[in-house]
Amino acid sequence: MADAKLFTRGRTEELRDELRQSGDRRDKGFLRKKTALKKIVANMTMGNDMSSLFPDMIQCMQIQVLEIKKMVYLYLVNYGRARPEQVQGAIGGFLSDCNDRNPLIRGLAIRTMSSIPLPHIVQALADPLRHGLQDQDPYVRKTSAIAVAKLYSSDHGRRLVEHEGYVAMLRDLLADHNPTVVANAVSALVEISDRSTDISLRLNATVAGKLVAALGECSEWGQIYILDSLLSFVPQSHMDAEQLAERISVRLQHANSAVVLTTIKVCLYLMNYMEDETLIRALERKMGPPLVTLLSSGSEVQYVGLRNILLIIQRRPAILQNEVKVFFCKYNDPIYVKLAKLEIMYRLTRDENVSEVLAELKEYATEVDVDFVRKAVRSIGRLAIKISSASDQCIQTLLNLMQTKISYVVQEAIVVIKDIFRRYPNQYESVIGTLCENLDALDEPEAKAAMIWIVGQYADRIENSDELLEDFCFSFREEPPEVQLALLTATVKLFLHRPTAAQELLPKVLKLATEEADNPDLRDRGFMYWRLLTSNPTAAREVVLCDKPPISTETDRMDKGMLDQLLLHTGTLGSIYHKNPNTFIRTAKPKYLPDSPALNASSRRHRISPQGMGVSTLRPSSSVPKIPQRQSTVPASPQATRSVSQAAAPDVSPPERKGTMDTEDDDNLADPYGQLGDLEFGSGSGGGMGGGYETDAPRPRGAEEDLLF
Amino acid sequence: MISAFFIFNQKGEVLISRLFRTDLKRSISDVFRIQVISNPDVRSPIITLGSTSFFHVRINNVYVVGVTKCNASAALVFEFLYRFIQISRAYFGKLDEESVKNNFVLIYELLDEILDFGYPQNSEIDTLKMYITTESIKSELAVREDSSKITIQATGATSWRRSDVKYRKNEAFVDVIETVNMLMSKDGAVLRADVDGQILMRAYLSGTPDCKFGLNDKLVLQKRGADQGPKSDDAVELDDCQFHQCVRLGKFDSDRSISFIPPDGEFELMRYRSTTNINLPFRLQTHVTEPTKSRVEYTIHLRASYDPKLNANNVVVKIPTPLNTTNVQAKVGVGKAKYVPGDNFIVWKIPKLQGSQECTLTAEAELATTTHRQPWSRPPIQVDFSVVMFTASGLLVRFLKVFEKSGYQSVKWVRYLSKANGSYQIRF
Repeated sequence: MADAKLFTRGRTEELRDELRQSGDRRDKGFLRKKTALKKIVANMTMGNDMSSLFPDMIQCMQIQVLEIKKMVYLYLVNYGRARPEQVQGAIGGFLSDCNDRNPLIRGLAIRTMSSIPLPHIVQALADPLRHGLQDQDPYVRKTSAIAVAKLYSSDHGRRLVEHEGYVAMLRDLLADHNPTVVANAVSALVEISDRSTDISLRLNATVAGKLVAALGECSEWGQIYILDSLLSFVPQSHMDAEQLAERISVRLQHANSAVVLTTIKVCLYLMNYMEDETLIRALERKMGPPLVTLLSSGSEVQYVGLRNILLIIQRRPAILQNEVKVFFCKYNDPIYVKLAKLEIMYRLTRDENVSEVLAELKEYATEVDVDFVRKAVRSIGRLAIKISSASDQCIQTLLNLMQTKISYVVQEAIVVIKDIFRRYPNQYESVIGTLCENLDALDEPEAKAAMIWIVGQYADRIENSDELLEDFCFSFREEPPEVQLALLTATVKLFLHRPTAAQELLPKVLKLATEEADNPDLRDRGFMYWRLLTSNPTAAREVVLCDKPPISTETDRMDKGMLDQLLLHTGTLGSIYHKNPNTFIRTAKPKYLPDSPALNASSRRHRISPQGMGVSTLRPSSSVPKIPQRQSTVPASPQATRSVSQAAAPDVSPPERKGTMDTEDDDNLADPYGQLGDLEFGSGSGGGMGGGYETDAPRPRGAEEDLLF
Repeated sequence: MISAFFIFNQKGEVLISRLFRTDLKRSISDVFRIQVISNPDVRSPIITLGSTSFFHVRINNVYVVGVTKCNASAALVFEFLYRFIQISRAYFGKLDEESVKNNFVLIYELLDEILDFGYPQNSEIDTLKMYITTESIKSELAVREDSSKITIQATGATSWRRSDVKYRKNEAFVDVIETVNMLMSKDGAVLRADVDGQILMRAYLSGTPDCKFGLNDKLVLQKRGADQGPKSDDAVELDDCQFHQCVRLGKFDSDRSISFIPPDGEFELMRYRSTTNINLPFRLQTHVTEPTKSRVEYTIHLRASYDPKLNANNVVVKIPTPLNTTNVQAKVGVGKAKYVPGDNFIVWKIPKLQGSQECTLTAEAELATTTHRQPWSRPPIQVDFSVVMFTASGLLVRFLKVFEKSGYQSVKWVRYLSKANGSYQIRF
């Protein structure tokens, strides 16, 4: 079987001659024909255009040798669309294969025809497909089911599907006695409903129950298709949700990680419709171990698992709350695994384990990969902000790390120390001296801006603050806007603290900002300060030197409603990027948590509906009393009225998750700065590059690149 | 779902290209070549450009790639790519450039069968081999004559097993293989110690045997938090276990029994994790100093802590040296030690080490003077080994019962192995 020698570029004419000359009586067992065809397939693979051989290939269709047939069909799928006129010649052959007495051949023909979405072929497929959907052989039925979805993806095909009523036939196949047929019918229906504007799959409890019953007999892939379809089932009572979750949770023990993650997706979805705390807790406990087990898989699956875990623990903190150790990085983990683990480690750190985690992070900060080291340093700072009892330890660790004098370590440390100052005012200013020793190392905008902020903020305590700022201002014109803005504000602060020290510098900077800068933000801010200082210096003092609201880590937690929506995409690309797929995939439809009387109070409060976010997602400040959700934009439907009355009913249900980890409850919005912090992190500078904490998060790249292909 | 499937060699040449959907063109492969193969700093196995996402797995000298245009299940795509690699191994031994080129027609044939419109279909090797073989004549015959048997097999409830398997001697081999993950801190504290276990089975059993399998485990899943009952000493706590498609999960859920109809030949019956009471087979004491800027001194003390009746094979201790090492002098009592400049390691190999045995390595690394200010980051020392008839978790196979309607006797064999391959790390 050394076909490698056939894997070479050939000229079309030569290949045509070879094909024509072979296959006569002397060609025993069509050996030469096969060789010629293999060469053509090889050339097709290499991107050598073989479409001019079309008529000769159609000739070969008459040969009843399976190996030849498969190669010819492969060819037809490849070039059929490019040769719409000539493809008609193949129809006869196709149709006779559709009627072959061999089910494998019938399946092959239907599979191939449905892959060539041309009007002639589609038309010719109408009858065989109808028969195929009712064929006595399960192989033909399962192939036909997928063929319907294939047709539906092209315009001609869609018309045929609608005209012939294939969707109803697919629905009938849901009751087929063969598990593979059921699974494929389900996946076809899900695909069609994702594409269609008027058909959408809705499962009632009975059908959902039957599908789940088929799970045990399905192939692993079939299990995934069926589990996936269960998102089309909207529980109408808590019982519906509880029972279904209980029945599918056995799938968590499956070896295929996609089965496991899809099961988790459905369980998380169903939990929104469950009320009984003990059951929810039990389900959460069941999900933890299989999630950790994903880390024993190949690194690619580990990565998928980690990105999902990061989402899941934000919504359901009880899962994995004691498992931080399993996320410690191995020295030889691929970098994408390490970065994803770091983020989870940060989330799982609490008072009880912070020392352990810090020791780990310190270890990582000496590794080789720059991104990893930076993120480790940054995590130390974030922990200081998150866990106040550990802030001393964190600061000390950061200072020790700065002694390495490695430029990116120092800069990263300065950025986070700025935030630590914000979080704990008047506690750590003694370290400013150490920071100032490292001014020369600063060459990144973010670190520079952070240091400048520190100098400005503590202009009265840093003896030579005026000199330092003067030095920074030396290169004012060349600095990026981020640094220029920081310089401007810092100089104003210096002036307000020590008017004489900034006597010369302030007018110079104001002039630079207002007269020479191109950046409108910088100009505006310059003018604003200028007027403020000239018209009312006391007010300026109050405005500029006011007490800063302390920052907290609340801001990098995603809203529950957004999480519930994202978790509908567990295991998919959306869960890798933590984005709703419709924001980066053109054809993707947005998904929403469907409303139902069974939706529990907490999920209802945060629910994002097609009409927009729930009221609470707009984050009213804490002083405003809570407003019951008012879906005024929804046309008066019975459902909507019901949800209003339910949401308005004051605390009919016990408060959610009493006594769990989730101390940071949503109503606890004593952080008016939260919103701003969020914005700051999100927008960073220039699309987040070099900016906030999310910069190294994986992201899909711009949609404009879509146009390229 | 999957819109296209490609295999590339390291130069970025397309070895296999199969489009399953009409929403993209073959030229999409150029994008992957530019974005991933020619890019020296790829930091993710998934790359998304606009609506198009590329999922890749590198194996030997090829890239196996799935492309999607929708919000595909990332887990499914990777599991499929892994499965493709497995199938390739079963068909032609190894997946690399040469074998792909040698079997490209067969690969297309397989792809057509295991992916339809990008949805993975039956991928059970045993069933596929019934009608897709490397000898085309055989497949031809099978398809012509046994077609309905094949289709029922491929779509049925036990798609992983044929019914007509016959052996003169009925045997089943069970291999319990544990990979020990251990991380020890500088001061000797065990930061993590856990076991990834794998139970492999080679079943050479006639007919349709129903098997029942028992371990000395108790699954801790349910009982966490509320400890009930006295702790029996020989029961091993498993944090989690995952089973092959053939195991009846419903049955496991209801009474914790593992029952199944095995595929013919070799397969992975289950995987498990254990984190409690791990018996670490090796202890390491390290004393590493940098007396001057141009010298590092090592004293590494290795102790085998398993039973003296047992042996470890192929113990390899990899001791990192600074990047600017010029020369290493190493002395060992047992085995051989050698400096490998390319990897910056001292490699200490011990072919066989008996339980309770102790041995020591002393070494001196000479360093070149550099202007490089960054201190040496000291990657962890790594110990690779395999210890036969030893499970670090303490897991034992209690029984394997085989029931077949013909009532034949079968012989069962069990082996145990604990190993580490890069997962046993000691910081110093």
